[in-house]
Amino acid sequence: MATSTTAPDADRREPRAGSPARVPARRPRGPRRSLLPYLLLAPAIVLELAIHVIPMVVGVWMSLLELTQFHIRDWSTAPFVGLENYRATLDLNSAAGKELLHSFWVTLVYSLLSVGFAWLLGISAAVVLQKPFRGRAILRALFLTPYALPVYAAVITWSFLLQRDTGLVNHVLVDQLGLLDDRPFWLIGDNSFWSLLVVSVWRNWPFAFLCLMAGLQNVPGELYEAAAIDGAGFWRRLRSVTLPMLRPVNLVLLLVLFLWTFNDFNTPFVLFGGSAPEQADLISIHIYRSSFKTWDFGSGSAMSVALLLFLLVVSAAYLLITNRRRDDHA
Amino acid sequence: MSRRHLGIFTAAVLAAASLTACGGSGDDSAASPKTLTYWASNQGASLEADKTILQPELDKFEKQTGIKVTVEVVPWSDLLNRLLAAATSGKGPDVVNIGNTWSASLQATGALVEFDDATLQAVGGKDRIVPAALAAAGAPGKPPAAVPLYSMAYSLYYNKKSFADAGITAPPTTWEQLAEYGKKLSTGGKWGLAIEGANPSENAHHAFTFSQQYGGEWFDSAGKPTFDTPQNVSAIKRYIDFMAADKITNPSNAEYAQNQSVSDFANGKAAMLLWQSAGSNLKTQNMPADAYGVAPVPFLASPPAGGKKINSMVAGINMAVFKHTKNKDGALSFVKFMTSDEEQTILNKTYGSLPAVKTAGSDPAFSATEQKTIQETLVTTAAPLPQVPEESTFETLVGTAMKELFADAASGKPVTEASVKAKLTDAQQKMR
Repeated sequence: MATSTTAPDADRREPRAGSPARVPARRPRGPRRSLLPYLLLAPAIVLELAIHVIPMVVGVWMSLLELTQFHIRDWSTAPFVGLENYRATLDLNSAAGKELLHSFWVTLVYSLLSVGFAWLLGISAAVVLQKPFRGRAILRALFLTPYALPVYAAVITWSFLLQRDTGLVNHVLVDQLGLLDDRPFWLIGDNSFWSLLVVSVWRNWPFAFLCLMAGLQNVPGELYEAAAIDGAGFWRRLRSVTLPMLRPVNLVLLLVLFLWTFNDFNTPFVLFGGSAPEQADLISIHIYRSSFKTWDFGSGSAMSVALLLFLLVVSAAYLLITNRRRDDHA
Repeated sequence: MSRRHLGIFTAAVLAAASLTACGGSGDDSAASPKTLTYWASNQGASLEADKTILQPELDKFEKQTGIKVTVEVVPWSDLLNRLLAAATSGKGPDVVNIGNTWSASLQATGALVEFDDATLQAVGGKDRIVPAALAAAGAPGKPPAAVPLYSMAYSLYYNKKSFADAGITAPPTTWEQLAEYGKKLSTGGKWGLAIEGANPSENAHHAFTFSQQYGGEWFDSAGKPTFDTPQNVSAIKRYIDFMAADKITNPSNAEYAQNQSVSDFANGKAAMLLWQSAGSNLKTQNMPADAYGVAPVPFLASPPAGGKKINSMVAGINMAVFKHTKNKDGALSFVKFMTSDEEQTILNKTYGSLPAVKTAGSDPAFSATEQKTIQETLVTTAAPLPQVPEESTFETLVGTAMKELFADAASGKPVTEASVKAKLTDAQQKMR
């Protein structure tokens, strides 16, 4: 990993206590002074513990219990079952295990496609709007609208649009344009996956657009001028100037979008009303159904912990690979 | 103040603020003996309508006892989760409405006050309550976990004009007739029967009735699930076949979960509907009472061996008190007030349901055709859903399996005995 920052630090290093080097004029006096940084850190640590660490530990603990409605009021009475919940939910020969695996694949494909399309739209719009022109501000605001709308309002509108008999989508496709003879279903069956994907991309791409637009502000105009003088066309400039300069933004953006999409609960929950069709059974909804709808919080927690571990591994691998590449380039 | 002191002071304030932020104030339960929090279920046309209906009664209660009741009407889609959260955290309302089929499930959490004989006496006495309704208020052999508030049952609603236009003179009494009439009625963009296909609870209620008629049970005497028996497979297939085989139900109904089937019936898009106390809902959708008829839910023409003459669950709303209430006496007096003859008459008249107490049925409003049909069903051919702790899980799992089968039927995939059995076996495996 990185080794390039040691030299300047070495120069700034303060002499150790007891060393023969010169002692600074004012030294910290006793423990009272050293308390201040901890006190300043305390709120962040307390919040971090309360919001992240403690719920996570509780979640892991829940996954080791048979926590059903009989014990939910007093957890101390819930039988400790060790890894039984994991065995039951991850057993790929059982109905629950098969469904979890199916849900995992659906979620993975959904996340990759959603992030891919959102990024493509985002970069296209950001590049098109890079140079000033009349009406640019209006277009920027317009493009950001899906991101500014409350999730519930936006997705429920989509669910109205996608209704088979009364939805606007079928009205346009079937009644007005006559493209299809029969009214297709968009919220059940195979199409439900694509409906979910469209809504997800529609919601996420403005964020990609926003980040990439901000990233483009930092690309010096001279680079484009130099490239133009060298005879580089639009695609060459995009490939050799824009994308390499956006690399740091993309690294974070793609990871964040992937994690958000993989864990997305609101979109499928509102679009399908709590129980998604199996073709669009995202893992977040699957876990919700397994814990809240069947009151089996132990199994739900086991699935959540497995999901957490998977996402940790993916994130760590992603950061490791991208950092290594960056170091190679450095 | 020196810069250092200022720093320490700021840090201390921030730390204190973050700690208090964690505390939260989610405790709705009334601390004062003069207040109560009440979660009502959505019985009327909207949450707002329910508030308007309930508020004058709550004011009356405050006048009588000095106890102020704050009501929140909770939509059905959220109610079970909210009740579960309240049971888990020990915080929340004092008094709640629960769907009577959830009684045993919620009872198992141990969060509800038990209505033993003494407690029942305190709210007016056990003998006043309709026995069938009381049987659906908790597991057998245990003191009820709730008190019945509104009683309902399924009936068959049919559009008189559509029937007359198709030359049908009387409502169907068997499923075979219903399918036959349905085919006659499914013409010109209109359909025979409206079904709430994507609503797991509605599906599960029908699963129960059909299973009873085919001689099936969803739980054995030991409380173990028996979802995929041949009787249950036949029962579920019969119901799904209204869309899949008889084609008397619009495939779009596979998407319905927001009472669109009631709207379709009210707007004349469907000629028949199986529903509980639909009258008040139809009225708000401008369907006059003389435009539709109400008849008992049909039976099988030739029931198999063991088939029972059951055509509805004992439906209804119960009222429960949380053990965590700090005002138990006030809560019980509120239950007593809501189940008094006067309130039972006023509220059930408004909602089109029936009183859950024997002493309040004399009002002429309860002898209208709809109410008489419900009454007759409740007395003669209704049975409570299994009062086992896993009941709510049964509703979710079997109801969702049926939702998926309707989706298959709607998208033209075949629904066979094998595909029904596979879904039910999967659902059963998820029970623990």
